[in-house]
Amino acid sequence: MVKKSEHRDLFPGALELMILKSLNWKPMHGYALAQRLKDISEDYLQIEEGSLYPALQRMLKTGWLETEMGLSVRNRPVRIFKVTDAGRKHLEHELASVEKMFAGVTRVLALAGQ
Amino acid sequence: MGWLRQLLTRHRRYDELSESIREHLEEKIADLTDQGMAREQAEQAARREFGNVTLIEERSREVWQWPTVESIIADLRYTFRQLRRAPGFAVTAIVVLALGIGASVAIFAFVDAALLEPLPYADPNRLMAVNESSAEAPLWPLAYPDFVDWQRMNKSLSSLDVFAGAGYLLRTRDGAEPVTAGRVSGGFFRTLGVRPILGRDFAAGEDRLGGPNLTLISYGAWLHRFGGRKDIVGQTVSLDNTGYTILGVLPPSFSFALGGNAEFWVPINTLSPHEQTRNFFNFFGIGRLRDGLSRQTAQAEMTAIEKQLQKQYSNQGRDLTAQVVPLTEVFVGNVRPILLTLLGGAGLLLMIACVNVASLVLVRSESRRREVAVRGALGATRGRLARQFAVEGLLMAAAGGLSGVLVAAALMRLLSKLVPKDMAANMPFLNGVNLNVHTAVFACAVALGSALLLAGTSTARLSFQKVRDGLAAGDRGAASRLWQRLGANLVVIELAVVVVLMAGAGLLGKSFYRLLHVPLGFDPNQVTTTRVNAPEQVYKGGKARMAEFSREIVERVKRLPGVESVGMTSLIPAQCDCATDRPHFPPRPYHGEHNEVDERHVSPGYLPALEAALVRGRFFTEDDDGTKPGVAVINESLARQFFPGEDPVGQKIANDEGGRDTEWEIVGVVSDIHEGALDAPVAPTEYFPLNQTGDNSFTLVVRTRQDATALLPELVRMLHRIDSNLGVSDEGTLLAKIEGTQAALLHRFAAWLIGGFAGVALVLGVVGFYGVTAYSVSQRTREIGVRMALGAQRNAVYGLVMRQAGWLTVTGLALGLAGAVGGATLIRKMLFGVAAWDAATLVAVAAVLGVAAMAASFGPARRAASVDPVQALRSE
Repeated sequence: MVKKSEHRDLFPGALELMILKSLNWKPMHGYALAQRLKDISEDYLQIEEGSLYPALQRMLKTGWLETEMGLSVRNRPVRIFKVTDAGRKHLEHELASVEKMFAGVTRVLALAGQ
Repeated sequence: MGWLRQLLTRHRRYDELSESIREHLEEKIADLTDQGMAREQAEQAARREFGNVTLIEERSREVWQWPTVESIIADLRYTFRQLRRAPGFAVTAIVVLALGIGASVAIFAFVDAALLEPLPYADPNRLMAVNESSAEAPLWPLAYPDFVDWQRMNKSLSSLDVFAGAGYLLRTRDGAEPVTAGRVSGGFFRTLGVRPILGRDFAAGEDRLGGPNLTLISYGAWLHRFGGRKDIVGQTVSLDNTGYTILGVLPPSFSFALGGNAEFWVPINTLSPHEQTRNFFNFFGIGRLRDGLSRQTAQAEMTAIEKQLQKQYSNQGRDLTAQVVPLTEVFVGNVRPILLTLLGGAGLLLMIACVNVASLVLVRSESRRREVAVRGALGATRGRLARQFAVEGLLMAAAGGLSGVLVAAALMRLLSKLVPKDMAANMPFLNGVNLNVHTAVFACAVALGSALLLAGTSTARLSFQKVRDGLAAGDRGAASRLWQRLGANLVVIELAVVVVLMAGAGLLGKSFYRLLHVPLGFDPNQVTTTRVNAPEQVYKGGKARMAEFSREIVERVKRLPGVESVGMTSLIPAQCDCATDRPHFPPRPYHGEHNEVDERHVSPGYLPALEAALVRGRFFTEDDDGTKPGVAVINESLARQFFPGEDPVGQKIANDEGGRDTEWEIVGVVSDIHEGALDAPVAPTEYFPLNQTGDNSFTLVVRTRQDATALLPELVRMLHRIDSNLGVSDEGTLLAKIEGTQAALLHRFAAWLIGGFAGVALVLGVVGFYGVTAYSVSQRTREIGVRMALGAQRNAVYGLVMRQAGWLTVTGLALGLAGAVGGATLIRKMLFGVAAWDAATLVAVAAVLGVAAMAASFGPARRAASVDPVQALRSE
């Protein structure tokens, strides 16, 4: 059975954006990525670990990510996700528009009640 | 090609995905155990925080899939599994569909080739048969001088040409061989739009009287007689001892239905004395309508010209009128009724097949209520379930359609083979009967139609059913009302259609029987026949020489072992009312009345050899030869029609023999011999002595003491020994020739094919009926158990089931009988000697089907009556 509605946080593309930004900082395997997101979001965002995987597959399919074999901190062989050039370009583009959007939303929220 | 690579690497992706997730969990578990958690707890915690692994993996995989396609593939897999679990259902459904689809596709192929495909000529819709028509014959050929005038005077046709059949003796290395030929006016092939593939067409002037002896040859003749040699053009062949120069070769696709398998095509540049008169109608006209003009315009113009010519040549009393009809009409008009009848029959069979499979599907969907309900409860939408059924329907229809096409291919080959060669030559469209684009489209449409029906039945079933009701354990209700309503209606329709088909088969069978038992007026058994063409040097010797020649043949044939009697005729009986004459009866005044009679030229031994009864006077003797005044024998019909209340013996018949008025004295009256087609009434007939007419060809009729076929080889050898230049053809028994006539064959085909359809329909119908009754009983087991527990007797239960079956049968029969009379009225053209409402047939059909249906419901009724109430009530 196909359900289109993926579990997405905040707004469409936000999860992808956070993943891209994290992996752009450092290629990581899935668990490390999940830990990283959890750590830096400081429980502001509820990200179910598993929900990363459909997003990762989508991004692999689109060509923003690629995988290669590497080692975890425990020296186990794991699949490392890396941002491709296309992924980086997308990230830059999206960051710019997200910043603009937030600026707009913040401004409206600040002034709308006055 | 990205999607292809994706498709191929998908499984590697899936593996990587599983690996990633596994690594993820392993790392996490390791972290958690480091924090002091027990291994088991750590595993649980890791999984809890990760979420539903299977679901997430599934979701992640879906990223790589085409959702609709993949789920349809899943449906297909599921359907395959379902069908494998019920192979009996699948096989039955597919076989039944294959029979229905196969029969209708095969018949459609014939209909397509004959009625839908255009004739193989340029712009065939503009081609018209331009002839005359009379009260007796809708199509009456032209007289040559009339043709010439019509050609000259008309303005509505861009060209008008004629065809006449002909036969020649072709000189070959082994002697002489009779060949069929066509004689045509010069523009014949240009009118049709046919060009020789080698050499050239007739040129202007080559068809003028006294023109050169030229011939075009058919593609078949070129290949088989001349080895397909390119240098054949310009060479000479000997036809009837005359050299003809080969002008060209006609294309392989060329055929002209009236010409049969004519091999040589010569321009009409010699005319017999008969042919020069306006009373010898031997030329079939074809014309091409001028652009923008309608058939009616041409018809009107030709009628005016005809009237003018009649006045000009004072042909009084002629009741002929000009007739312009599409050429297609003439070529395939005679097979249209039978083809449409067969198509109708095949359609009904297909309908029964579909209804049968639909009720099977219904029965199955009934037993799948639970499954459907469970799937519905798990979240399958109605559309999703409907799609599942559609996929099932499509799959079965596709399998049925594919096997149906195989059935159709076999059936087409079989049916084409059943048409005798002589007849097939006049039906060039038979070559076009095959699996082509049209038949493929038709097969697909039929298969799709049945798929829709199957899916529709299941879906209709679904939409009536409240999904959740099905879950309420164990179908407490008696056989669901819906089932009874739909299933019963279906079986009534099925029975009704079976009745229509069986009645049709019965009527056609009876027609065929009647046709074969038409009083012939002679004994057709143990008679063998052979066409003989006298060598030229013999018939050039005149009537006396021909008489001597035929006497010699008779004498030598008589000496063959097993021969009882020998005779000769210009045309064997029970074939057609062709070769007709318009005599008058002096001294009565004659004003050109149209006295149409069959004319036959026979030897003295012929009528006795047929064992025809002499009514008055005498038959011919060897004394009635060319030196004596003409004599004639007439049949009783002629005597009745033209000499009512008089003794015809001693009276005179006069006719126009090639422009000369000739008188014949009637010397005898013979009982009616069925000269014409079996389905035509006996025509008045006059017989003249062959020895006085001096025909150069005749058919030898030999009555034998034993098996007629055994004599044939010896007869042919003996004839060749008499003269190697003698043409021998068309050898066969008289019985076979009668049964091979178009009338007999068309009726035979119709009777056998519709009979076959009806047989299959009867089996399907009875099996369907059995299935429905048995199912209904199995559904009512509980109800019956309750009834019996409350005191119902076994007999009452018996009666309950039989009464229900009886009602269905009676309703089906009543509807069917009404339909049968209607259907038979539609095919009344195909009926002979039997009315559409023939009571005997209808009663017999009703009886057979009624008994079969009751027998089919007997088993289920017994099962119902033997229900053990305790068991039935407990079994839930």
